[in-house]
Amino acid sequence: MNWSWDVIIDYFPRLLDGVWVTLELVFLSGLFGLLLAVPLALMRASPNRWLRILPFGYIFFFRGTPLLVQIFLIYYGSSQFDAVRESALWPILKEPYWCAIIAFTLNTAAYSAELIRGAIQAIPKGELEAADAFGMSKALKIRRIVLPRAFGIVLPAYGNELILMLKSSSLASTITLLDITGAARTIIARTYTPLEIFFAAGMLYLVISAIMIGGFRLLERRLNRHQHYRGPDEVAKVDPRLAE
Amino acid sequence: MKLRKLISVASLAAVTALGSLSASAADKIRIATEGAYAPFNMTNEQGELVGFDVEIAKALCEQMQAECEIVAQDWDGIIPGLLGRKYDAIVASMSITEERLRVVDFTQPYYSNVLAFVGPEGKTLDTSKEGLKGLTVGAQRATVAGQYLEDNLADSVNVKLYDTQDNAYLDLAAGRLDALLSDKFPAYDWLRSEDGKGFEFKGEDIDIDDKIAIAVRKGDGLKDKLSAAIAAIVENGTYAEINARYFPFSIY
Repeated sequence: MNWSWDVIIDYFPRLLDGVWVTLELVFLSGLFGLLLAVPLALMRASPNRWLRILPFGYIFFFRGTPLLVQIFLIYYGSSQFDAVRESALWPILKEPYWCAIIAFTLNTAAYSAELIRGAIQAIPKGELEAADAFGMSKALKIRRIVLPRAFGIVLPAYGNELILMLKSSSLASTITLLDITGAARTIIARTYTPLEIFFAAGMLYLVISAIMIGGFRLLERRLNRHQHYRGPDEVAKVDPRLAE
Repeated sequence: MKLRKLISVASLAAVTALGSLSASAADKIRIATEGAYAPFNMTNEQGELVGFDVEIAKALCEQMQAECEIVAQDWDGIIPGLLGRKYDAIVASMSITEERLRVVDFTQPYYSNVLAFVGPEGKTLDTSKEGLKGLTVGAQRATVAGQYLEDNLADSVNVKLYDTQDNAYLDLAAGRLDALLSDKFPAYDWLRSEDGKGFEFKGEDIDIDDKIAIAVRKGDGLKDKLSAAIAAIVENGTYAEINARYFPFSIY
């Protein structure tokens, strides 16, 4: 076999340019997705039937269709309509970058909304009853109890979702974006060395996801610190009376 | 046990020898094409292979007075299929490249590919490097056009590469691209279609010395026969006749 490290070294800067595009895509759509997912999750967990049904169609569609199809519909589909091309949205929809962010945002928001809804429903009912007993208003209860608790519960699953997003972001290469995968495919079209370049691209994804996993581990430790068992010795360091 | 094995091997060899003998006796030339590169090779509504390549192949067979069979084969596997003797020649608008010359032989070229810019009608487009500065130009990835853009214009032009030619056309029609660089002859076919209305060729063609020829197995005598036949149909006007059915200009 003709394995060539040279080709990886020569083209590594171009792959690194792709890393930035990938990170931007994941970060921005993760952020927008989360902002969209929270109200949707609250609606989905609401006792009001109409509020519950409203986001159902959206979530059903985005969870039930492939992301690639969603990207193509938003990028190539929207541009088929003169009305869209003449609208004020066109400067945004014209750019593959924003089309990818829109598609990823809508997609991840649908999944995250369901994750957060599950987390909200998993909050022990005693804690909610305690909030009621304190006489908290609905809004205050959501702000102080429901959301902070739900975020603690959802964190491991949400970290998973973001890592899936990182890998799905490779689909942006199908609409001409030069993310890691797009850069890799463009390099391969010239060098005919798919093995080396895809290997390098895979390693870059691996490094990014390792960092993300580590970050979520830290965040989890911090947000859920009240849940960790520390044993009597640790507790005794805080206050010896507690360990007795 | 050993003897039986020997007999079976021997009889297998005999059958194989007989088989290849009868195949060569029939003298039927099997020709592969892709069937997905309009107007050079495509399948019509009846499922028949048609197009410029197919007509050239038929004309060559007639010239050589040989019996021919034309089969469709996906692009990815078209050279492996030739090497595996599934057919004897590839007439599928294949460019002569160094990589391919390592594994197959090519006849003399039967047409020359050039690149051309396509842009919206009525809009002036200066296709020089300075004229294109800052514009967005698209091409299909892994094609000579895509490579030309990257090699020559990437520093001053916003290059967008597409997975398929059709997606590049879609974005040109949507106005996301100022221009598109493509093989000229398929683009000519698109410009004549309903979707290509409102677009035209811009500037000068780019000659990248891309010669299209017929691929045969290395060392196969068919190469010289086909080359002679190409020269003959160019000479006797058959080529020009076929050319005129597809393009109002010579592509030889």
